[in-house]
Amino acid sequence: MKRFLALLRSVRRKRDEGDEHRVRTDGGTAEERSTLRRWLDSDIVQSSPFWLPPFLLMGFFVYAAIGWNLLLSLTEYSGFGDPDYSNLGLHNYRAMLDDPGMWAATRNTFVLLIGFTVVCLIVGLLLALLLDREIRFSRSFRTIYLLPFALSFIVTAQFWRWMYNVNNGIVNQFIGLFGLGPYNWLGSPRLVLGAVIFALVWQFSGYTMIIYLAALRSIPNDQYEAARVDGANTLRMYWRVIIPQLRPATVSASVVLVLFALKAFDFLYATFDGYRPRRGADILATKMVRESFGRSEWAYGSSIAIMLFVVSLAVIAPYLYNQYKRGNL
Amino acid sequence: MSEKTVTTEQAASTEHETGGISIGHVGLYATLIGLVGFYLLPIESGLVTSIKTPTALQETFPFLPPLSASGVTVEKWQVAFEYLAPGMVNSVLFTIPSTILCAILGSMAAYGLTLVNWRGQIAVLALFIAGIFVPYQAVIVPLFQFWSQYMQLSARLSFLWGLPLLERHHATILELIITHTAYGVPIVTLLFRSQYKTMSGEMIEAARLDGASVWRVYRRIVLPLSIPMFAVVFIFQFTQIWNEFLFSLTIIGSVNNPAASATLILSGLGQSLEGTDYPLRMAGAFITALPTLLVYVLFADKFAEGVQT
Repeated sequence: MKRFLALLRSVRRKRDEGDEHRVRTDGGTAEERSTLRRWLDSDIVQSSPFWLPPFLLMGFFVYAAIGWNLLLSLTEYSGFGDPDYSNLGLHNYRAMLDDPGMWAATRNTFVLLIGFTVVCLIVGLLLALLLDREIRFSRSFRTIYLLPFALSFIVTAQFWRWMYNVNNGIVNQFIGLFGLGPYNWLGSPRLVLGAVIFALVWQFSGYTMIIYLAALRSIPNDQYEAARVDGANTLRMYWRVIIPQLRPATVSASVVLVLFALKAFDFLYATFDGYRPRRGADILATKMVRESFGRSEWAYGSSIAIMLFVVSLAVIAPYLYNQYKRGNL
Repeated sequence: MSEKTVTTEQAASTEHETGGISIGHVGLYATLIGLVGFYLLPIESGLVTSIKTPTALQETFPFLPPLSASGVTVEKWQVAFEYLAPGMVNSVLFTIPSTILCAILGSMAAYGLTLVNWRGQIAVLALFIAGIFVPYQAVIVPLFQFWSQYMQLSARLSFLWGLPLLERHHATILELIITHTAYGVPIVTLLFRSQYKTMSGEMIEAARLDGASVWRVYRRIVLPLSIPMFAVVFIFQFTQIWNEFLFSLTIIGSVNNPAASATLILSGLGQSLEGTDYPLRMAGAFITALPTLLVYVLFADKFAEGVQT
């Protein structure tokens, strides 16, 4: 506090000096000066050196880029020379409707998004409930469960390719103990998406656990006690009292999980050595890169990118609105 | 059977009071340790695979270490390191500057949008936050065009490439630095904002009323208080940018580019017509993951903190 007061005093001194300085150099009539002064002193102008440069940088690379992408998706650009912006149309979007691969990719994207998010939330919640009590080494357990989160998709893809190996992969050896398999996990169109989701849950359930642990810790202890006094058993207490209070954590965790699921491209790229995943694992992201960088159908690729953007907007817009209404923004 | 369930339930509900060893406790720890196995098995399997000779690879289960010393080899690690070393250097060259830039710009943006109040702030802030959720696919074609056709940094900066330590492919590194910074700013802004929102408004209000400029409040009050958050952001962004792949694929393009990042090289490592060289890939995976694993182990708590917010 003492240091702070000293700071305030020095600030005040500097300000007084500054004022003298300004009086000496200001030109113009008193009225002009005050309008200009008021504008220059307004908080929006005063704070703009802080937020404007990052805003411009982000605005250019994110929002201007999306606008440019939208424009490209209306052209017939196929990679030679400059795009022809004079003849814009919706033909790429029409072509999408007739593209059977597009339907498969959209379906797979939704299966991946929803399957991954839901399973991750459940596993993460269970982990958090297990660890949210007096446990020896609880920090070590937490650290180990979160460890895969520190790795990149490219790295985890290497581990899981090996786990799913048809000949001697651990997964097949394990289910072999129960007389099942072997399955070609990554080669079978019916199994591949489930196998990918399982691996991604391995990587990200620790993240969900951390979010839920933080939320559980913020629930006051007496709520557990009150529930117990009422004679509720453990399971009931969790179901009726604790879980309902985890709603905000669930919302924010799912938003981030969806974000990770949209990046699953990296995982698929590394698992299948390129942007041509086995049948059954093609998602909008892989299809987009394949059309653009693989087949030079740049305009068509851009229109798929816009689809993907719309999907993520559909997830994020309600979240942002909700946060705004709750005053969290 | 039903008797057993009752005991477990009772044990679970009374464990806080007794603190002794019960069936519930044993079950709990067995589950926790089983889960440790589940989360470590793929990593452990990768590690033992990377040091096996081809014969040991045939003879042993994928999760078991080589049976004898003759089955151990570090050859794959050496080969992987040779391939990855330039990529590791490139990754460091773009990860560290963009991490630092992200942290500085994000903290400034969060301050300008949180602790200084003005109308329309929410709209700008919403654009920042929505920027976190833009899938990279939605921008890679324009990005690719912007850097390769319109900017052509490598030609524009040709006067630099004669200088010592600078090489032509550093233009690509510079492109990656700028791109990663632009995409890191939104999330970092949100991280700093979450802290600045809880900061005592009174202190800042008092300083402002006493005439301290916006800049002065930032430098003298806000910045010193946000040093712990800077640590969190450094750790978080370093991991994110180091692990990123799609921008590398788009901007660098080919594994053979001298600017290729570690993740890009790893994605094509040990791939041939005969199949995949798994031991080589595993060794490569560990080398690539080393920096982030190190950060994770050394700063486990800060890392978790960064994930939470």
